Amino acid sequence: MSAPLVALVGNPNTGKTTLFNGLTGSTVRVGNYPGITVERSLGHLKGVEHPIDVLDVPGAYSLVARSAEERIAVDALLGHGGVPSPALVVVVLDATALERNLYFALQVIELGRPTLIALNQMDAAEAAGVQIDCTALSDALGVPVVPTVGTDIERVSALAQRIAQYVDKPPRPPAWPWTPSGPLQADVEAVAPHFPDAPEGARQALALWALMSVSPEDSGAPPTLRTTVAARLAAAEGSGRDLDLEIAQARYGWIDAHAPTLLTRTGSRRLADKADRLLLHPVVGFGAFVAVMALCFQALFAWADPFIGLVEGAIGALAGGAHDVLPPGIAADFVADALIGGVGNVLVFLPQIALLFLFIGLMEDSGYMARVAFLMDRIMRKVGLHGRAFVPMLSGFACAIPAIMGTRTLERRRDRLLTMMVLPLMTCSARLPVYTLVIAATVPAATVWGVFSQQSLVMLAMYGFSIAIALVAAAVMGRTVLKGKNEPLLLELPDYRIPSARSVARLVWRRSGDFVREAGSVILVFTVIMWALSAFPREPDAVKPLQAQRDAVAAQSAPDETALATLDHQIAAAKSEHSYAGKLGKAMEPVMSPLGFDWRINVGVLGAFAAREVYVSTMGVIYGVGGEVDEQSPSLRRRMAEAKRPDGTPVHTPLTGLALLVFFALACQCMSTIAVVKRESGGWGWPAFLFTYMTTLAWLAAFAVYQGGRALGFS
Amino acid sequence: MPTLADLRVTQTARLLQVGGERSFRRRLLELGFVPGTPVTLRKIAPLGDPLEFEVRHCRISIRRREAAAITVEVDG
Repeated sequence: MSAPLVALVGNPNTGKTTLFNGLTGSTVRVGNYPGITVERSLGHLKGVEHPIDVLDVPGAYSLVARSAEERIAVDALLGHGGVPSPALVVVVLDATALERNLYFALQVIELGRPTLIALNQMDAAEAAGVQIDCTALSDALGVPVVPTVGTDIERVSALAQRIAQYVDKPPRPPAWPWTPSGPLQADVEAVAPHFPDAPEGARQALALWALMSVSPEDSGAPPTLRTTVAARLAAAEGSGRDLDLEIAQARYGWIDAHAPTLLTRTGSRRLADKADRLLLHPVVGFGAFVAVMALCFQALFAWADPFIGLVEGAIGALAGGAHDVLPPGIAADFVADALIGGVGNVLVFLPQIALLFLFIGLMEDSGYMARVAFLMDRIMRKVGLHGRAFVPMLSGFACAIPAIMGTRTLERRRDRLLTMMVLPLMTCSARLPVYTLVIAATVPAATVWGVFSQQSLVMLAMYGFSIAIALVAAAVMGRTVLKGKNEPLLLELPDYRIPSARSVARLVWRRSGDFVREAGSVILVFTVIMWALSAFPREPDAVKPLQAQRDAVAAQSAPDETALATLDHQIAAAKSEHSYAGKLGKAMEPVMSPLGFDWRINVGVLGAFAAREVYVSTMGVIYGVGGEVDEQSPSLRRRMAEAKRPDGTPVHTPLTGLALLVFFALACQCMSTIAVVKRESGGWGWPAFLFTYMTTLAWLAAFAVYQGGRALGFS
Repeated sequence: MPTLADLRVTQTARLLQVGGERSFRRRLLELGFVPGTPVTLRKIAPLGDPLEFEVRHCRISIRRREAAAITVEVDG
């Protein structure tokens, strides 16, 4: 026997989530809805005797759902879609915007379920000069009303007691506060029999709901219901009636008639308007916006660095320790390089994820995020992206992993997916070492017009290229694979608030945990696979002569350290060439040589799937200068510049370099991106699409660059 | 016929007809944009779009395009 369920519903921006956190404390567990990754949170009601589950439902303006998120709210209320029907519905109302909130409350009350109203944000209402008569409100609606403040522990626990009390002894199911007009009543009566399974009292409300939300194309509704609704709508239209308008007007008629007896407003202008005059000012506002974004960007790029260094240092020390403790051989390599290395590959993202969610949390909590959408909507919608998508897109320049997680700040799934699909095109910081190395090895260090270095111009061009491609990709996908109707914008600029440290900390903690738990395992598996590809076979025949040579040198009484190091590097290079990764690199030549890539580049491209920057150390190993190189290494650059194809022409020409740069800019060379998109989209379909489209695009573009360049006589 | 998109900041008008695509129109109705209601334009985004309106003491921002489908009667 499971605990009784209480559903917490309400308009967006009513402080519902804060209230939920207060009611349930730290007992929250997060789960995904089947099929759609909208989170619903479930927790135990705190401080009551019997166990009671509380379900936090996404904010909704109406039961007539326009988005997947709202549909979840509706399902939770009606007990559709495998969710148990709640024993008590708690409607959270924002006391500062009571009139509009009452519309939703009326819809819920009409369902005739045991209902309790939590009149939230009473403190803000008082500050704004809104006085509400709770007794009058309770009498008018026919349901109990509890005034509360989400951040006030005492008032929240009083609410919890009231909830427990009403779960034990449910309040009388409410009747409709308003009466439909004659013709509307006839429509309701005609549709109501289509809900035979619904409780007696809910049928009429469901009929009303169906008249407004079931459309002839709606495949989710039973066909008989659809035909009846379509017939009623057509008949109403024939006699000059407008059902949508009639229903909305009837509810607002009730609200407008009662509002004067329920509340008084003595408040002056909102404080937020004064702040907005600055923060939404064409000059000052954009200045502030640029400053906030620059700070966020700086944090991801620079502040995260020491922490990333710490993680890498600790993982390196652990791996070293494993090598010291375990006998040399396959087991030691597996533990140190695959397992510990894999854990490192997961943990290394945490500093940036935590920092990004710190900023997102602060911006959402303070109310600034809504202003970002208000400011950027005009620009972002040109390519079909939501205004709020600006923050994740910008974060993409640091790293796609936190940025993809950051798309959760978008409410609609389609907006989230579209942003996720184009984000990995932004020039992330892992591409920089690759670009630096490739540019240094292939682009002559000349200056243009005596001022600009040719190499830095190429680097700059790569940034421009990635932005342009991402915007074009968004525009194209928004009209094709992710074609949602270009949804009209609906936005609320909430009052500014001082962010709560607790709720921001909770967000950072939860998002970091989500990442480790759910994307982490995939990254770990990928790391082990990548490791196995380069570690096997253990002792290829080709390495044996080199190994013998090394053993001979090592056996000397005073071994030549330099010779040993050189031999070690040569052994590593030979192993790499004859590993499965090396074989794959060679097998890929027919596909990749039209891009100007030889097998060594292919091995690097393969290895870069673990993380792009790995390309540099792979090149170090293959070119026999050791894996400990960085992109600045002169010896690696020299070796690369000297490398020849079988026909004697150099491998790393400016044209190959350019093709390689273009390839790296576009290819989905990052297993962690795949893992996190899988987690955020709730399946393998979207990450598979992402990988396919980016890699195809990369190949085509690199092909066009290389073959086009050759046709024009470049090399 | 003037529409919501024609208002000046702080100007109030009475709603006459709410037009537009069905689902968005329905949502606007549910947010209180019903004929006869006074609406005030509160803010215009720095780039000229979207617009913030006040209806029944609540604020909602929509784009100029959708606002232009809502006709109003300007008092005085």
